[in-house]
Amino acid sequence: MTPAIVAQGLVKKYKDVTALDGVDLTVPTGTVLGLLGPNGAGKTTIVRILTTLLQPDAGSAEVAGIDVLAAPRAVRRKIGLSGQYAAVDEYLTGYENLEMIGRLYHLGRRRSSERARELLASFRLEDAADRPSKTYSGGMRRRLDLAGALVADPPVIFLDEPTTGLDPRGRTEMWDVIQTLVAGGTTLLLTTQYLEEADLLADDIVVIDHGRIIAHGTSDQLKQQVGGERLELTVRDASRLDEARTLLEPLAVGPATVEANRRALLFPVQGGAQTLTEALRVLDGAGLMLDDVGLRRPTLDDVFLSLTGHVSEDEPVSEKAGV
Amino acid sequence: MSATVFTDAYVVAKRNIIKIKRVPDLLVFTTLSPIMFVLLFAYVFGGAINVPGGADPDAYREFLMAGIFAQTVIFGATITGAGLADDVKKGIIDRFRSLPMAPSAVLTGRTLSDVVNNVIVLVVMALTGLLVGWGIHSSPAEAALGFLLLLVFAYAISWVMAWLGMLVPSVEVFNNATFIVIFPLTFVANTFVPLETLPAPLQTFAEWNPVSAVTQASRELFGNIPAGVPTPDAWPLQHAEVYTLIWTGVFLLIFVPLANMQYRRSTSR
Repeated sequence: MTPAIVAQGLVKKYKDVTALDGVDLTVPTGTVLGLLGPNGAGKTTIVRILTTLLQPDAGSAEVAGIDVLAAPRAVRRKIGLSGQYAAVDEYLTGYENLEMIGRLYHLGRRRSSERARELLASFRLEDAADRPSKTYSGGMRRRLDLAGALVADPPVIFLDEPTTGLDPRGRTEMWDVIQTLVAGGTTLLLTTQYLEEADLLADDIVVIDHGRIIAHGTSDQLKQQVGGERLELTVRDASRLDEARTLLEPLAVGPATVEANRRALLFPVQGGAQTLTEALRVLDGAGLMLDDVGLRRPTLDDVFLSLTGHVSEDEPVSEKAGV
Repeated sequence: MSATVFTDAYVVAKRNIIKIKRVPDLLVFTTLSPIMFVLLFAYVFGGAINVPGGADPDAYREFLMAGIFAQTVIFGATITGAGLADDVKKGIIDRFRSLPMAPSAVLTGRTLSDVVNNVIVLVVMALTGLLVGWGIHSSPAEAALGFLLLLVFAYAISWVMAWLGMLVPSVEVFNNATFIVIFPLTFVANTFVPLETLPAPLQTFAEWNPVSAVTQASRELFGNIPAGVPTPDAWPLQHAEVYTLIWTGVFLLIFVPLANMQYRRSTSR
């Protein structure tokens, strides 16, 4: 099967700023690509080029097998776009917004109306369907905007920072919606500044910084690049920190990091939960009390830091797995 | 292909007309300000302004209405620009541009909904005019032509505004910019005072100002110029209808393509 999205050598310059500096992308049909990067990395520029809104200065792109530059209108029939802002008309009701989009996809009057009701129901906007969208919460507007991208059931969907600016609850709701969508086999290109979001939703992650792709792989592959799992523990009694270290050294696959002020030890390990159980048995046998213990897999934050040399402009996401 | 332009434009126009309905304030204020103008000029300035054909305030009210009509429909034509500036900013234009719709439909739909708005406003104003003593003294056909000319001229202005609206960074900038241009254009004209009262350089400008021509033309078509009052010598006013249509054509020829080009280029900022 041909990939749903192929981009080659995309370059876009604005006066003295190079927004994109030779970007290649391939998104196989039915998969989710997460385009991850800080503000101004060039994510939105890529989406705009692929959705025919912007002409690149160099390079080529195909979406659903159609050349984006040669046949933009044919591409528009195959895509759905939901942007960084909720692009809904706040004076129209939820229903009117979706019905209008259906008409503009040329679904016809009846089908547009049916489809609008269907989507409102599946996005849990039924009760608000006939209220002007001005009265919606931020999360509801985003869901309506996303529903707009799905009106024509397009095979390829672009979501540009779908959860930026949402509160945690709105974000979780949005993730649910996106996961349902993806389960249906739609090809999705998703941009995000949230490492956690790419990790959760994407099959493949492309890390972009200053208009260049700096890494590409699955979430696991990227984490591997930074190193495997680590065993992290905090002892209750600071004076027994060295003793704990000596006890656990045989289980580790590399040198330990000691953070004395936090009474914490970090060991690179292999074997996951089994190693953790083993470690607990050893420490318990020595009567060593712990305040905290866990297996820590590297977060995408660690990935970003090791790839770019700077942290992403996002609060660190702490992630503990396997405890 | 062309059939989709019309249905798409209709869908977009419908959206804007729903907005007129949902935000009645917008219509209320675009109608209230001309009503206020009618009353201010008719009762406050009217007594001090002498128009050819009589010094009484009634003669001034006859004179005034065509001018206020012209000013109002020109301001009505700015709704397109302000709306587009807002749509660009909110990403709605991005959404439209990513749809397989006819690209010109957004602008056509927008500008057409200005016409609907202007029709409503003209009706309200004409009724106000009748209440303060204005009247139509020509045949219904001539009167209809007078209103049509106002609407057609304003429609051409809508396209200028469409282009401008997508060029400026925000609705606020757009409103200030158009205010600064439209106010002098509609005042340095024969809209509120007879041209003869203006100092010479301004008078020449006013004679060639298309706003004067559209005002003169509709004044004639409504039969608001008393018998025996001569038409000013300037060519544009001697041929007010033709001159108005020339400007209308020029605006459309230049700004329809320019606005469409700007639309294809604009993305949210």
